[in-house]
Amino acid sequence: MQAIEIKNFKRNYGEVEAVKDVSLQVEKGELFGLIGPDGAGKTTLMRSICTLLKPTSGHIRVMNRDSSNDYMEIRKIIGYMPQRFSLYQDLSVTQNLEFFADLFQVPADEREKRLQRLYEFSRLKPFRNRLAGALSGGMKQKLALSCSLIHTPEILVLDEPTFGVDPLSRAEFWDILKSIREEGTTIFVSTAYMEEAELCDRVAFMYKGEIITSGPPEEIKKSYPYPLYRLEGENMRQLRSFFDAQKKIHSTQLFGSAVHVSFEEEPEEQIWQKWKEQTDKNLQHWKKESPSIEDVFMYLIKQENRS
Amino acid sequence: MVPKRSVISSFAKKEFFHIIRDPRSLVILFLMPILQLIMFGYALKMEIQQVNLAVIDFNRSLSSHHLIDQFRGSHYFRPFYFDGSIEQIETLFKARQAHAVMVIPHDFNRQLQRHRSTPVQFIVDASDANAATTIRNYIAQTIRIFNQSHNRIEALPFEVRSTIFFNPDKKSTYFFVPGIIALLLVMISAMLTSITITREKETGTLEQILVSPIKSYQIILGKVLPYIFLAFAIGVIILLIGIFLFGVPFRGSIILLLVLSTLYILTALSLGLMISTIARTQQVAMMIALISTLLPTFMLSGFIFPIASMPEILQYFTYLVPAKYYLFIARGIILKGSNLMHLLQPTIFLLIMSLVLLVISIRKFEITLED
Repeated sequence: MQAIEIKNFKRNYGEVEAVKDVSLQVEKGELFGLIGPDGAGKTTLMRSICTLLKPTSGHIRVMNRDSSNDYMEIRKIIGYMPQRFSLYQDLSVTQNLEFFADLFQVPADEREKRLQRLYEFSRLKPFRNRLAGALSGGMKQKLALSCSLIHTPEILVLDEPTFGVDPLSRAEFWDILKSIREEGTTIFVSTAYMEEAELCDRVAFMYKGEIITSGPPEEIKKSYPYPLYRLEGENMRQLRSFFDAQKKIHSTQLFGSAVHVSFEEEPEEQIWQKWKEQTDKNLQHWKKESPSIEDVFMYLIKQENRS
Repeated sequence: MVPKRSVISSFAKKEFFHIIRDPRSLVILFLMPILQLIMFGYALKMEIQQVNLAVIDFNRSLSSHHLIDQFRGSHYFRPFYFDGSIEQIETLFKARQAHAVMVIPHDFNRQLQRHRSTPVQFIVDASDANAATTIRNYIAQTIRIFNQSHNRIEALPFEVRSTIFFNPDKKSTYFFVPGIIALLLVMISAMLTSITITREKETGTLEQILVSPIKSYQIILGKVLPYIFLAFAIGVIILLIGIFLFGVPFRGSIILLLVLSTLYILTALSLGLMISTIARTQQVAMMIALISTLLPTFMLSGFIFPIASMPEILQYFTYLVPAKYYLFIARGIILKGSNLMHLLQPTIFLLIMSLVLLVISIRKFEITLED
């Protein structure tokens, strides 16, 4: 039995096809990442898993329960953290946690124990009387996560939990996710940050309402067919447009302080010196690079748009 | 532990926290209706206190003086001599210097001495038709008194002597204060709840709640409960101020009035909740709540305009206005001392309305999570 099983799932909003024919399996105890740009249909898919939306066609099963028929059963075992911070800003940290404990009918004798545990990992205890609206972005996310964990769900669905959070808090957040997974909870998380994809056991890439590829991040990276080089120099834009004009170039991409260029075939050793002269020594360093998840997805998007 | 009750009560507790967390809105919530009550209470009067009566006296006799004094003696009129011609009357009206004009003919005294009938002309500004009718009634009454003491032509065949129950002075304030209370209660209650669910839609907290195994009736009841107390507190304050400040005689049971006022509040809160399940933003919800309570209560409840004088189609609409029933109840208890048996029908109507609105809200709410 899979934790989440999605078969030929489609969801329309009126005429708009938000999700077209998605099939996907998430194993129990897995940290599964759903990667894709804004508007790819990630939120629609996640809300459907959480029984907030009915499928237009196809079906979703969560722990072997159907999302449209047994939704009350699913709601007891699922924890959902929506994209926007959606707790009560005018209630304190404790009041928020206690409200959600009541909402999910956490037994009274269990409640205190769970609150203490959640305080422990989120380190929110010193702030427990502070209003949620007065917390920092990272702390808000941890509180939201705590609220969605209060009933110890078997499956945790997180919709872009680290959106707009500083890098340090993001790293801390992912550490927490990993420790939750260690306890056997299945986690289904969406993100628009490619580097976070590498932290998942498996990822699926969603684009324009479809899953383009899925698998472990390592395997996805191996599927990149072209030799990739990381180039550095004085003027990146100039460098990029120079390579754009060359033959047998698959794609170029600005990558922070470097340009990633993928070639249709391995370039010969001596041609690099020629390029260096042609760019008036703008090209200074070149190094073979193993493709990142982002390179693969950029490539896949390009393929998708071509077809 | 009974889980269902605890979810509703923890929901109610949470709503209560929202309310007390914002003391500024709370103060406004209490002060606004009190101010409105005082303003409306003093402004809304049907009686015309001082009618400016221009007198064109062609007779200038003792009799004509008596007639004018008769008007001056009643506290409704403020007569003054006007020396212009009849043609200039229009100017008087246009400049709003007079509400009515009395023209006494030159042979007034002579005809009166001979015990003969003599015409006195009155011209009334009817640009405000209601006021004109009232002024005409005042004039007729004053003339009747004058005739009885100065002009005994012959005995009238019969005389109408009416006795007026419940409000012998016919003070319109007694009539309007319950109406104002009805208006304020429905407006505030509906607006209170109209934003509660839309606010959770806007902030996204509704998503979190919907993913929990909570049932929609638990949410709706949890939301209504704390607002009943809040609106009840506001209701008690405006009832007391309305009755004592305006000296409305109170004849019935205050407990019955409070109980039935709570029922009326519940109806309004349910209406607000229903609006809240439909509207997408708080602003829209507030607007709908305001329009759907203010206008019908003003126009169709019998607050100002008697339902019996409305066109038939409009009369059917009045059955949908909760304030109509509450006015029966409030006027009945306050002015007439009615008991529950007298008020059974409006009570049942309010009860049915609340239930229907609550059920619609719960249903509506269930649908919104699918779409």
